[in-house]
Amino acid sequence: MRKFVLLLCVVTLGGCQREERELRLDPPIADALDKIALMPNRIAGAPPQVYFALNKPYETNAYNLSEGKRLYTWFGCKACHGDGEGGIGPSFLDGWWLYGPEMVSIFASIRDGRPHGMPAFKDKMTTDQIWQLAGYVQTIGAYSAKTAAPSRNDEKQTRPAENRAPAAILFDQGPTPVHPDQGPTP
Amino acid sequence: MPRLVRITLLPACLLIGGCNNWQSALDTHGASAASLKQLIIFIVAVCSVVWTLVMIAMIHALWRRRGERRPQPIELAPARERRLSYVVTASVGATTIIIAMFTLASFFTTHALNAAGPDDLTIRVRGLQWWWSVEYVGPDPSRRFETANEIHIPVGRNVHLLLEGDDVIHSFWAPSLAGKQDLIPGRLNELTIRADHAGTYRGQCAEFCGLQHAHMAFLVIAEEPADFERWAEAQRASAIETSDEAITTGRDVFMRKACAGCHTIRGTKATGTPGPDLTHVGGRRTIAAGLFETTRGSLAAWVADPQTLKPGNNMPLVPLTPDELRAVSAYLASLK
Repeated sequence: MRKFVLLLCVVTLGGCQREERELRLDPPIADALDKIALMPNRIAGAPPQVYFALNKPYETNAYNLSEGKRLYTWFGCKACHGDGEGGIGPSFLDGWWLYGPEMVSIFASIRDGRPHGMPAFKDKMTTDQIWQLAGYVQTIGAYSAKTAAPSRNDEKQTRPAENRAPAAILFDQGPTPVHPDQGPTP
Repeated sequence: MPRLVRITLLPACLLIGGCNNWQSALDTHGASAASLKQLIIFIVAVCSVVWTLVMIAMIHALWRRRGERRPQPIELAPARERRLSYVVTASVGATTIIIAMFTLASFFTTHALNAAGPDDLTIRVRGLQWWWSVEYVGPDPSRRFETANEIHIPVGRNVHLLLEGDDVIHSFWAPSLAGKQDLIPGRLNELTIRADHAGTYRGQCAEFCGLQHAHMAFLVIAEEPADFERWAEAQRASAIETSDEAITTGRDVFMRKACAGCHTIRGTKATGTPGPDLTHVGGRRTIAAGLFETTRGSLAAWVADPQTLKPGNNMPLVPLTPDELRAVSAYLASLK
C-alpha cells in the first residue's frame, strides 16, 4: 500500500513537468536556422546542424506546431490549400508531396516559393515563423503520427485531426496535380 | 504614532486612494457605471447590516449566561418553543425577501444598461491575444477606419460597442464607464457606454486569456464632440507623407522587412491584417496594449525585442541592424 502511494506521488509530481516553450529565438540561432542546404534541384537537402542541436524543435514541440497552425490562417494559406484538402494549390492531406515530405523542402517552398503560384514568404515572415509553419504543414500530411500535436480547432473539424495516425484511405488517392508541370521532379 | 495605528491606517489610505483613479468602478463617469455603483452600494450596505446582525446574534449566543442546571432535552417548554419558531420563521422570511430584492434590483439595473438609440456611434472592438482592434463602423464604408488599443468617444453620447473575439474569450472592462462584457469567438456581444465627463479612462481584459492577459489594457478617451470629430477626421486620413530622409529610409525598411506582412499603414504598400493598424501609431498614447507610453525609444525597444518585453505575444523578433532599427523607430514615431 505504502509503495503504491509513493508511486502515485512520483507519478503526480512527474505531471508537473511541462513542455518548454521557446518564446524568443536568439537572432544568431535564427540566422543559422535560415542556412539550409538544398539539393541543386531545390528538392530535399539537409537542415543546418543547429536544427538537430535544438532537437528538431519544429517537429516535436507542440507549442511550435500550434504557432504554425495560427500562422497557417494568418498568412492566408487557406486561400489556396484549404484546410489541407487543397484547392487552387495542392492538397496536404493526400500524403503526396510534390517536393518531398522533408522539413527542408517545405521550408524552402514557403521561404522561396515554387513554380505555378506558390509565393515566397521570406519578406513577410521571420525564419522561425517559416519553420513553425513548415512543421505544421508537414503534420497535416504526415506519414506517421507525431508525438506532439497542435491545439484543437474551435470550429467544426472538416478533416482528420493533425495528431491522427495516417489514415491509409486518405493516402491512397495518388497524385492529383493541379498543373501538369509542377516544376522539376524528384 | 503608535505602530498599530500606522499599520491599520496605511492600508485604509491605500484602499480609499483606489476609489479615485482612472480605472475604478467607484469613480464613475458614465450612466451605466453610475447605476452599477448604486447597485454595489445597495448590496454592500444591506449585506453589512445583515452581517452585523448575524454577528451580534452569534456573539450573544456564545456569551450569554446559561442556567445552573442543564435542561433535559426531552422536556419541552411550549412557550419557549413557540418563541423560537417565530424567530426562525422571521429569519427565513427576511432572507427570502432580501435575496428576492437583490435579484430584482440587479435585474432591473442590468436591464436598463444597454438602452441604445438608433443614431449611436458604433464601434467594433475585437479582443485578440493580447491587444484590442478598434474599428469605427458606420453607414458609409468610406468613412470607416481602424485603430488599436485606444477608443475615442464623444462626451454625452451613447456609444454602441460590437464586441467580437477571434482566438480565445476576452472581456471588455472599463470600470469607470460600464460593467464587463465578454468577447467570445464566433459570437457578437454588445455593450453601450456613455461618458458624462471628458477624461481618459483605463480599461483592461477581465477574462484570463493567456500569458499576457495582464498586459492587455486599453484607454477610453472621452472628448468634446468637436474634438472627437477632429480626431476622427485625422484618423481617417492615410499616413502622412514626408520627404525627410531619415523617415523615408525607415519606411523602406518597414516595407522590405516582415513588418508589412502583419501591419497595415494606410497609404503605403503595408496591408497585413493580423497585427494592429499602425497608420497613426505615433499619435496613440501607449503601445503594445498599454505596456509603454509611445515614444521613439519605446517603439525602438519594442521592435528590437518584443519577446523579452512581452513574452509570448504574437509579434516576432524581426532581426534588424542598428541603422535599420533607428530608421524604423523614427518612421513609426512620425506616424502621428
